[in-house]
Amino acid sequence: MNWRRLWAIVVKEMRQMRRDRITLAMIIGIPVMQLVLFGYAINLNLRGLSAAVADQAGTAGSRALVMDMLATGVIEPVAAAHTPQELMELLRRGEISVGVVVPPDFERRRLDGREAVQVLVDGSDTVVQGAALQLAQMPVDASTAGMRTGANPTSVNPISVVSFYNPERRSAVNIVPGLIGVILTMTMVLFTGVAIVRERERGNMELLLATPLSRSELMIGKVLPYAVIGLVQTTVVLALGMWLFQVPVRGSVLDVYLASVLLILANLTLGLLISTKAQSQFQAMQMTFFVFLPSILLSGFMFPFAGMPTVVQWLAEVLPLTHFLRLIRGVMLRGAGLPELWPDVLALVVFTTVMMAAAILRFRKRLD
Amino acid sequence: MTKRFGDLVAVDDVDLTVPQACVYGFLGPNGSGKSTTIRMLCGLLTPSAGRIEVLGLRIPEQAEALRRRIGYMTQKFSLFADLSVRENLEFLAAVQGVPKARTGQRVDALVAQYHFQGREGQLAGTLSGGQKQRLALAGAVVHEPELLFLDEPTSAVDPESRRDFWEKLFELADAGTTILVSTHYMDEAERCHRLAILDHGALVADGTPAELTGALQGRTLEVTAAHPRQARRALVELPGVLSVAQIGNTLRVLAARDGDVVRRTRDALAAANLQARVEAVPPSLEDVFVAATQGRDEDPARDRAA
Repeated sequence: MNWRRLWAIVVKEMRQMRRDRITLAMIIGIPVMQLVLFGYAINLNLRGLSAAVADQAGTAGSRALVMDMLATGVIEPVAAAHTPQELMELLRRGEISVGVVVPPDFERRRLDGREAVQVLVDGSDTVVQGAALQLAQMPVDASTAGMRTGANPTSVNPISVVSFYNPERRSAVNIVPGLIGVILTMTMVLFTGVAIVRERERGNMELLLATPLSRSELMIGKVLPYAVIGLVQTTVVLALGMWLFQVPVRGSVLDVYLASVLLILANLTLGLLISTKAQSQFQAMQMTFFVFLPSILLSGFMFPFAGMPTVVQWLAEVLPLTHFLRLIRGVMLRGAGLPELWPDVLALVVFTTVMMAAAILRFRKRLD
Repeated sequence: MTKRFGDLVAVDDVDLTVPQACVYGFLGPNGSGKSTTIRMLCGLLTPSAGRIEVLGLRIPEQAEALRRRIGYMTQKFSLFADLSVRENLEFLAAVQGVPKARTGQRVDALVAQYHFQGREGQLAGTLSGGQKQRLALAGAVVHEPELLFLDEPTSAVDPESRRDFWEKLFELADAGTTILVSTHYMDEAERCHRLAILDHGALVADGTPAELTGALQGRTLEVTAAHPRQARRALVELPGVLSVAQIGNTLRVLAARDGDVVRRTRDALAAANLQARVEAVPPSLEDVFVAATQGRDEDPARDRAA
């Protein structure tokens, strides 16, 4: 390892990056955009679902129930309907996502303890379905409690849809730390994957191969500048998350950065491995998405890890993002220290070592 | 040395010896194996068979040690388009191990020698074709290599830039650098101290330009005829004639071997009732090239190997 040559590669990469305005914009733009988008989108309690109510009972009790439902703000009447058929038609046309049917025998059903109200749901959106299911569990008796005397077994429960929307009861507080990982996974793998393939495409690689540069100098020199970029992105997401969403950092900030460095290195080395295999930038991009999608879906960022089948869990254990999510949530939300989370630290270190070794071994200083 | 890519024999048992401090040319059409040969000599490709020794080092085993002592200019411009002239040279100096203290001085000298004053900050990608080639050459010699490989350095450059470029090559050779340069331009080949002609991956002739053309003495004729196309038809079929090429209003005839070619040509033209003047002319490298590659073209197996 010759430090001067290594440094020459680092300086070259930084100079090239500085001139690549679009990439530079993406480095900052992607985290900001995703944070704001996901942060606000996912922070939203599910409100304002377009709805229509067909109150066929028209009693004081049914009107009170409908008013209570609307008062939650979860549904918002956008169309008028008088029969269940009309509601189904509206649903089919996509004008509403929720329809509420109060049957003519509402009062009798209520007294009999039968289902008094039917909620029709556009089941094509599972999230809406979840929210509507919650709505359907609204205690019917509660809305008429004022008119009744005596104990009410179900009592008044404030309607909350939040926990239903988020399978893991997450909010921005939980999303932001994960978002650091998602953004790093997307940008780091792609940047390095493309960085080396681009040199091959442009013919620079033949020049570099004919110089005394060693494989590890070339690989590490290319990766280091991107590690710095990864830390910049971490800082952007962290700062914005604290500012916009009051995301706490209950553990030490140093641990947050150490965990990020671990993920950055794991992803960079994966990108390097991809670059030794990909023949064109397009291929490198495809391979990146091949890794990125499972990362997002299986790591526990979107769906609860515990609910996955065992085999899928094994698969998820291979993904760096899975381990990073455990680390970062532990540090930021539960105030844990990295030493307590050592299995995931170890997993990332092992992943990085294996990928780096594989990339260096696969990379030939030859053209054939 | 031999290089096969699958069934394709790109370089077929080429045997070369290049003397020091000379400009050694590789002449051959596209696909004749020039680039592959150069890449094998640099250690970028592993030969399928044969033995290579460059500057006393066995290749590819000692390719790493060799890389410090050679410069390589690729066929395609391979410097960084998004770095400036100076940044490119500084990068190569660092990578090639020019001592840090000397780097600034060396880059300044190259900028002056290769006429980049005032353009040091310009991005390499925005240079003209000729300037790019000059920069690539400056980059290839930044560490003052003993041996320089140039792969068709002037294939996309205007004639004046080519002349300038060759001036630089001779300066380098005078300073003791051995230069191996590939080209498909005859005029460039004529400038080389020594020359190897490659065709379909095989070495078909080598020697100094004078030796090569000297061997053809008496076999080249110029035919000036009123109807060159008809004269050409009359001569193409003549036994012993390797090629007849029309150049303006004259025909250049290359005969297979010595003998009274002039008389036989005249007879043939007379038999065809064509008025023509026939005279022997000094052979050129193009004739050498045609003579060397002619017979082989009729072998279809080799044709495909190109």
